[in-house]
Amino acid sequence: MAEPTTRPRRTAEPILWLLFSAGGVAAALFLPALMFIFGLAVPLGWLAPGRDHLHAVLANPLTLLVLLGVCVLSLFHWAQRFRYTLFDGLKLKDHQRLINIGCYTIAVLGSIAVAVVLWQAR
Amino acid sequence: MTTEPGDIIGGAGDPAYQPDQAYQPYRPPVSILWWLRRRTYLFFALRELSCLAVAWSVLYLILLVRAVGEGGGAYEQFLVWTGMPWVVVLNVVAFAFLVLHAITWFNLTPAATVVRLRGQRVRPAVIAGSAYAGWVVVSALVAWIVLRP
Repeated sequence: MAEPTTRPRRTAEPILWLLFSAGGVAAALFLPALMFIFGLAVPLGWLAPGRDHLHAVLANPLTLLVLLGVCVLSLFHWAQRFRYTLFDGLKLKDHQRLINIGCYTIAVLGSIAVAVVLWQAR
Repeated sequence: MTTEPGDIIGGAGDPAYQPDQAYQPYRPPVSILWWLRRRTYLFFALRELSCLAVAWSVLYLILLVRAVGEGGGAYEQFLVWTGMPWVVVLNVVAFAFLVLHAITWFNLTPAATVVRLRGQRVRPAVIAGSAYAGWVVVSALVAWIVLRP
């Protein structure tokens, strides 16, 4: 009997893994420095960049583009890693579909919010 | 049901055959706390959890951007909020996880990237070294842009 020929189903998985990788690089390169400065050094009084200077930095289109890229890719990096944390760490593989929809909905809505905030802050 | 020689019971020739149930691999039961059983498992779990620090950082930075955009008053308010003890503690933990993410990510880079130069494979240590050098350069650039007078 001939084997039934089944075409492999096309999925978004390769693109999602690509976004995960790109986000991993962006997060590793940019977030430690940004969070050290704005999450620790500024609140603890070690550094005090002025608001006007920061606003001028944000007015530069290149800053906006880089921040948009870092934030959006980081969100998709989170979505991929977090859904696997839920699948494997908490053994929720049975709810795969729901978790996928939830994680990527947050990533997409978060990306839109990031774009809007960056556009308004310039 | 009659079986002919050569029929595979439970296989495609079996009337009770259901594609989804055939040849299900046996999965031994695993405790939900499996990642506490070994140090390497725990380290793996911590590395995966670093994604929460990444998501928190995006949220935090975007709140900062919004405050800067809204004006001096909003920025002052944001600074008061960031000085609250629970926010500082959260940011210390987040920063530690970000560094864990960066180190584990750059250490894995040679495994994921094979670079060939003039037919010679670039040594893994060189690839990891370039990744760390890139990290230093980007961090210095970020600090310079944010802090230049």
